[in-house]
Amino acid sequence: MRTNDKLEVRVWRGKEAGSFSAYQVPRQNSQTVLDVVTHIQRHLEPSLSYRFACRVGMCGSCAMTVNGKARWTCRTHVAKVLNEGNGLEIAPLANLPVIKDLVTDMREFFDKWTRARGAFKGTATRHDDFAQVQPSAPERRAVDAGIECIGCAVCYSSCDVVAWRPDFLGPAALNRAWTLVNDVRAIEQPERLRAVAGDTGCHVCHTQGSCTERCPKQIAPTLAIAGLKRTVARAAVRGLL
Amino acid sequence: MNLALAQAKRWYWQRISAMVLVVCVLVHLCGLVYAVRGGLTATAILARTHGNWGFALFYAVFVIACAVHVPVGLANIAREWWGLGERAGLWLGRAFALLLLGMGLRSVYAVVA
Amino acid sequence: MRRQNDQRARAHPAYWAFLMHRLSGLALAAFLPLHFWALGRALQGRAALEGFLRFTDGPLFKLAEWGLVVLLALHMTGGMRLLLIEFGSASGLRKNWIAGAAGFAAFAGLAFALALLA
Repeated sequence: MRTNDKLEVRVWRGKEAGSFSAYQVPRQNSQTVLDVVTHIQRHLEPSLSYRFACRVGMCGSCAMTVNGKARWTCRTHVAKVLNEGNGLEIAPLANLPVIKDLVTDMREFFDKWTRARGAFKGTATRHDDFAQVQPSAPERRAVDAGIECIGCAVCYSSCDVVAWRPDFLGPAALNRAWTLVNDVRAIEQPERLRAVAGDTGCHVCHTQGSCTERCPKQIAPTLAIAGLKRTVARAAVRGLL
Repeated sequence: MNLALAQAKRWYWQRISAMVLVVCVLVHLCGLVYAVRGGLTATAILARTHGNWGFALFYAVFVIACAVHVPVGLANIAREWWGLGERAGLWLGRAFALLLLGMGLRSVYAVVA
Repeated sequence: MRRQNDQRARAHPAYWAFLMHRLSGLALAAFLPLHFWALGRALQGRAALEGFLRFTDGPLFKLAEWGLVVLLALHMTGGMRLLLIEFGSASGLRKNWIAGAAGFAAFAGLAFALALLA
């Protein structure tokens, strides 16, 4: 339902070097930030580049920096984040190269996922019976706490250590590695632990907690990384590292 | 591989020394709040510490724990905020560890002997 | 130069806890060599230590000492929170411990101030 109000929206145009352009968008009673961006591109600025897919909070493609914080724009109601003076500032995710306007280059995010050994590898084949994993087992509970990650990069974008140390694997990759460390069917665990340890891995997490604070799926990468620290230490003491 | 092991050791030694320091700091806070009543004098301090080998043992442990604990955090700050490289950060940490160990044990000796 | 976060992304308790923990650690690390040097004056005899203590009798020094006591208490309790996060059961960011750390630091500061003024 349209109101008579106008939103004062500043949108990032350009790449890493660029500037904010100002637009006036009609305010609706129930409106998300993605609605605002879509309105701008359709009616005010056809050359604006942005990403979205499902627009219902399942895919994570629409993640952007809204008023300084990384969020899913399809799940961010304008009413909740509006600044005084009906202001909204929309920028691409931080800590990633900018392709154009609100679109970031996600390759490094997913490359780090691979470097953290975030892919499952097992020994069973189609000829083997299913693995029996109790849902109540502590390892499975640890996996469950982090398995819903959809790789939206909100956590990666919110982390200062990612900004300070360009090689840091980041919260999402480490969280995924933790779910695999706890996967009783997975193999090559010593290699995985070696991949997530050290100056590019879990040991340089300083528990700032921005990842946990901002994750739209309420995952706590901080705790996953703490688990990795413990597991790596145990392996080191036992000479398995 | 080697790097992972080294970092793992640095991490758990820093946490172990942290646990020791929790105890040391609690004792030290109580001690200094008590000692500072009515003002500090050298006579009062030295009267308590002179020949006190229990005191010496406690504070020697305190100093050693500091020498293990402080450099790890300092190296992180040097790398993340002061732009030092990995080797430089490590050597800064080691140098500071020696400084704290040397000066710390010397000061324990100074008030006990 | 990538786009980086500003203070708006850092406006949450766990980040302040990190910042305070790092800054207090830095201040204490800078203080320690000074502290050890001062106590080492006793090697030159009681008078040497006494001279230093009288030198630091002024209100500005007492304020600095009070600050260090508060930072020490803060760093210790903040550190206990980190040890719980890393070794304890999964209980989120333990924000109650952040509040507790501030409370304990205030308590330590008050105890020190009262002892000093007694």
